[in-house]
Amino acid sequence: MKKVVVGMGTCGMSAGAQAVYDKLQDLAAGTPGACELTISGCIGMCYAEPMVEIREDGSRVFYGNVTPQRAEEIFRSHVQDDEPLTEDEIVYLEKADGTVGGTEAAFLAQQQRIVLRNCGTINPESIEDYENAGGYRGLRKALLEMTPEGIIQEMKDSGLRGRGGAGFPTGLKWSFTAGHEADRKYVVCNADEGDPGAFMDRSVLEGDPHAVLEGMIICGRAVGSDFGYIYCRAEYPLAVRRLNMAIDAAREKGYLGENILESGFNFDVKIRQGAGAFVCGEETALFASIEGKRGMPRIRPPFPAEKGLWQKPTNNNNVETFANVAWIIDRGAAAYASFGTEKSKGTKVFALAGKTAHGGLVEVPMGTTINDLVFKIGGGIKKGGTFKAVQMGGPSGGCIPAALGDTPVDFENIPATGAIMGSGGMVVLDESTCMVEMARFFLEFTQSESCGKCTFCRIGTLRMFEILERIVNGEGQPDDIDKLSSLGGQIKEASLCGLGQTAPNPVLTTLRYYLDEYRAHIEDKSCPAGVCTALVDFHIDPEKCTGCGLCAKNCPVQAISGEPKKVYVIDNSICTKCNRCVTSCSFDAVYKR
Amino acid sequence: MSDNFSFQLWRYEGEPGELIPLLQSAQNHFGYIPRRAIRYISGVTGIPESDIYGVITFYSQFRLRPTGKLHIRACDGTACHVSGSRLIIETIEDELGISVGDTTEDGLFTLHTVACIGCCSLAPVIMINDETHGNLNPASLRKLLRKIRRREERTEVTASSHGR
Repeated sequence: MKKVVVGMGTCGMSAGAQAVYDKLQDLAAGTPGACELTISGCIGMCYAEPMVEIREDGSRVFYGNVTPQRAEEIFRSHVQDDEPLTEDEIVYLEKADGTVGGTEAAFLAQQQRIVLRNCGTINPESIEDYENAGGYRGLRKALLEMTPEGIIQEMKDSGLRGRGGAGFPTGLKWSFTAGHEADRKYVVCNADEGDPGAFMDRSVLEGDPHAVLEGMIICGRAVGSDFGYIYCRAEYPLAVRRLNMAIDAAREKGYLGENILESGFNFDVKIRQGAGAFVCGEETALFASIEGKRGMPRIRPPFPAEKGLWQKPTNNNNVETFANVAWIIDRGAAAYASFGTEKSKGTKVFALAGKTAHGGLVEVPMGTTINDLVFKIGGGIKKGGTFKAVQMGGPSGGCIPAALGDTPVDFENIPATGAIMGSGGMVVLDESTCMVEMARFFLEFTQSESCGKCTFCRIGTLRMFEILERIVNGEGQPDDIDKLSSLGGQIKEASLCGLGQTAPNPVLTTLRYYLDEYRAHIEDKSCPAGVCTALVDFHIDPEKCTGCGLCAKNCPVQAISGEPKKVYVIDNSICTKCNRCVTSCSFDAVYKR
Repeated sequence: MSDNFSFQLWRYEGEPGELIPLLQSAQNHFGYIPRRAIRYISGVTGIPESDIYGVITFYSQFRLRPTGKLHIRACDGTACHVSGSRLIIETIEDELGISVGDTTEDGLFTLHTVACIGCCSLAPVIMINDETHGNLNPASLRKLLRKIRRREERTEVTASSHGR
């Protein structure tokens, strides 16, 4: 029987997957025995959501941008009459003999999916689906055939490094926690994915929650802990719901609780929802938040491996790191280490967003170049724009210019550009992005998210933000560039946690690669990208203006004149640049230059 | 709304880490955290009201004022930002006559910005209560807000005529 699978991650749902699912459910109910309807997480092609997959005898056919109407066509033609729609309507197909096709095959062809092995394939709400895909095999092996030392050695041999951004070797980290004796130890999973523009962890939690649980249980065994916390971002309600379902199912099947798989090992897990504080992605702040306090970081040492959550030895890894663990134990360290570069083994998940043609989630071997990610997988720039830069690592990261597009993405080469690997957010920018405004945007974010503990982070980021504000407002002063770089250096030196230590990065990297844009703002009072409102004039495009007069009606200073049904004109000597004409035009006719 | 809040308070066993989950269920129950909820929580947990206030104001999720019936969360994450979220936020402010953080006089809309909703491929995006609206521009956004306002006004009229 055919299996009809609707992608129901947050990206699919927000594109309208629920209506598609409801439609298919009605149709399936009307023709009993025609198909089995089920759901999956996100396969990564967020740009083609909602997606519907028809699976039969080992072949998979994916339709993209499905509306309820199209769903009916697909159902009538493909499911009932066995006639798939034409090739150009299929975004991806995989035949039983392994050949692939479809209009978007290039998106998946370059990928190597370990973390995302089950995302978009299994039903995340079914533990049986996970087991059938090889789930909990790694746990069985770890508990029944391996010693804790053996597990840690395997992790060390795999070369896995923390995927939260810092890239600390995972096996080594585990050995530290294992080496401290205590009546209680904790395993913490950091799912507080705070970088705007990053959604890797959300997709894993929504698409394959058991993989994260299995990794945590194996870690518990290795470090000698019997209790774990998952600290999940509050903005991810679907992830929390699926995690809760997974925990209940795992408990029922005996993978969580007492005497797991009759090995004598006990482990249980609790979910804690964050409450909206970026700094809680920092581990000591995260522990404070779990303890019910204001999420402020503290001085290390003592390191969490010795005194972490509730002052007990604690091992903290992020979602993606844990999602790798069961695969490594099951297939062996050597298989994992065969991917990637000499010092950065394995794969990395990236969230492609911004001006990329194909926004979504991709997993590639470490060492893949930026150009490959942007062009081969991402399909280049939307609407024929020109590739200008990628922003990696969110507010803690930096911009890497297109000229450095050959840089391999790994823990050695990315930091050399001044950016950081970060957790995997990759926002693609085109020529319509002003780099100074971009830096201002990130500083506004880190400035408001600074917890306030360290003076340099609290006040220094505010000063940097103020300087950037005045530059984009056309009030930049000649020594502003020097001030920004010296402040940036001081904040990095004198802050306690990762937030402050990396907050100046977006400014420092743009100063390094786009100094001329800063100069243009300060010296010529112009914004080359035409973004900074104070530095541009407003015009009406005669091609697009329909003469409706709405802009003139909305203009608070009567700077717009014209007659109905003729092209209106803006008098820039009166204009106060309030933007109301832009927001009121229904025809996208007002532009800035 | 089920009274999960009282249940959680009743179940409280003295673990200080429960404070944030308690505040979250209070906010779910009331729509914000009223003064009396702080007093209850303090009474049950023994945590001073001042400390609870400190925790509430540290986290951006918690609100001390009620929101309107429809809560607009405009995304200003990186991907939305480069796709014009500023313009989207300005359009909402202009259309509804409020600033970020405010509620319209009729109590219908409250506007907040958020750092990232996580559907970056639909940028620019806003959420109205639990519904996501993507690929917006000023014109489609104004249309959407007006449609919602008309729908709300209609249901209100129907509701009040039924009331009589």
